[in-house]
Amino acid sequence: MSYRGRIALKAAIWIGSFWPLGVLLRGFMTDDLTANPIEYVTRTLGLTALVLLLTSLGMTPLRALLGWSWPIQLRRLLGLLAFFYVCLHFAVWIGLDHFFAWRRMWEDVLKRPFITVGMSALLLLIPLAATSTQGMIKRLGGAKWRLLHKLAYVIGGLGVLHFLWLAKKGRTTPYYYAIALSLLLGARVWDWGRKKLAPERVSQTKPSPPLGERVG
Amino acid sequence: MLITHDSDRRLRGEDIPSREITDHGVYLNRRAFMAGAAALALLPWGREASAQGALQPLQASKSAAYKVQDALTPYKSVTTYNNFYEFGTDKGDPAAHGASLKTRPWTLKVDGLCAKPKTFDIDELLKFPLEERVYRLRCVEAWSMIIPWIGFPLSALLARVEPTGQAKYVEFTTLVNPEMFPGQRRGLFGFALDWPYTEGLRLDEAMHPLTLVTVGLYGQVLPNQNGAPIRVVVPWKYGFKSAKSLVHMRLTSEEPKTSWNKAAGNEYGFYSNVNPEVSHPRWSQATERRIGELRRRDTLMFNGYGDQVASLYSGMDLKRLY
Repeated sequence: MSYRGRIALKAAIWIGSFWPLGVLLRGFMTDDLTANPIEYVTRTLGLTALVLLLTSLGMTPLRALLGWSWPIQLRRLLGLLAFFYVCLHFAVWIGLDHFFAWRRMWEDVLKRPFITVGMSALLLLIPLAATSTQGMIKRLGGAKWRLLHKLAYVIGGLGVLHFLWLAKKGRTTPYYYAIALSLLLGARVWDWGRKKLAPERVSQTKPSPPLGERVG
Repeated sequence: MLITHDSDRRLRGEDIPSREITDHGVYLNRRAFMAGAAALALLPWGREASAQGALQPLQASKSAAYKVQDALTPYKSVTTYNNFYEFGTDKGDPAAHGASLKTRPWTLKVDGLCAKPKTFDIDELLKFPLEERVYRLRCVEAWSMIIPWIGFPLSALLARVEPTGQAKYVEFTTLVNPEMFPGQRRGLFGFALDWPYTEGLRLDEAMHPLTLVTVGLYGQVLPNQNGAPIRVVVPWKYGFKSAKSLVHMRLTSEEPKTSWNKAAGNEYGFYSNVNPEVSHPRWSQATERRIGELRRRDTLMFNGYGDQVASLYSGMDLKRLY
């Protein structure tokens, strides 16, 4: 993809991913955040984080399926934006929902499985965000870095579990996210199997771009 | 009922800020204006719009005994933030889709183990002596509201049908009609709940003076999203026990099967008394967010109605019979 195309795509992602935040800010100004604003804000931030996380996980399968290389260049941006929303989600939980009631929150982390998995996802995201720079990729080395960043799939799974386990019966939205994640994982398995069966042909048609470009 | 001095204060209270009442007046004016404008703009649909738009006012004596001290939850919150799965699982769904429910004609059948089973027309029910009672409502999802309901004690209704000695429970059933209740249609993942929605109380709970057959709130008939035209309100239990849009009450000798208990028995028991000590398996019930407030507050045992209802459960292990 051309330089301008890449810039346009990234600009679209920046705008798209800040849209929910804009909607929340506008809602705050016009006092239109439903009758339970803290719940609504927490939920919107969490959902946006999950959407961004799954989108970032969709980039590798997209390349495999369509043979385009540009999705890989968006992975880091999407992942970091997801991390940003996870942090906001977490901050609202601490500061607004529980108003720094540390003991109560800690009990929840230990006792409530949906909070336990949510917290694990957040903790696992930290090393990924911290090693997202070019410098860190070089320092770790490509193979190690790639292995570490496979954690993104675990985090995606934890995020979907977090949503599934907090929802009351009858609410179907979490199922859609679970299906999306299974499709993404399925595509990966399919791609892996395909490479395994016909390694020469696949590697001929799909030269791997250099790592620096992939995460750029 | 004997009310001790303490509970008297807690139930009665005269400190409901007048601004809440003014707010509602302004709201009603705006509503009337909007309804008028809508009627002019959309003449053919004017009647339908007004069916939900301008609600019939209700005459009710203001109960001095059953009135909590806390500030009322604004009308807008009470009518836009609802759990009423018959309209959809989002809290906004009931307000968004409420208009599809037709509340006339409407009858409520009361039968089962009683001497004089009877089917009441809704207009007959509206002739019971109505009182306005300001109750706390605590949702199992750890949020709460303060609502001025209008209704009459369930005991007065049950007295009309004369329960027999075998009657130990009352079962409540909500209307099933997927035309009027879009949430009752089959979705991609099946039904949200096993319709019809059923709930139940032990007979002594049903006869308790706090248990209210409810036909209105904030001075008017119930908006559809709040369970029109008739529901029960059981203020010391989690909100889902207060079944909405009722068509049937049945006196039985066996504990009725209740909807949420069938859907997830380990999370929602038959009793479902508000109890800060007994967690929902997935979240704590120790605190709650009062709608409109920033900080959580501590949840009270029996939602603050312990002085009135604790005796119903003496000797019972409420951790086991949650």
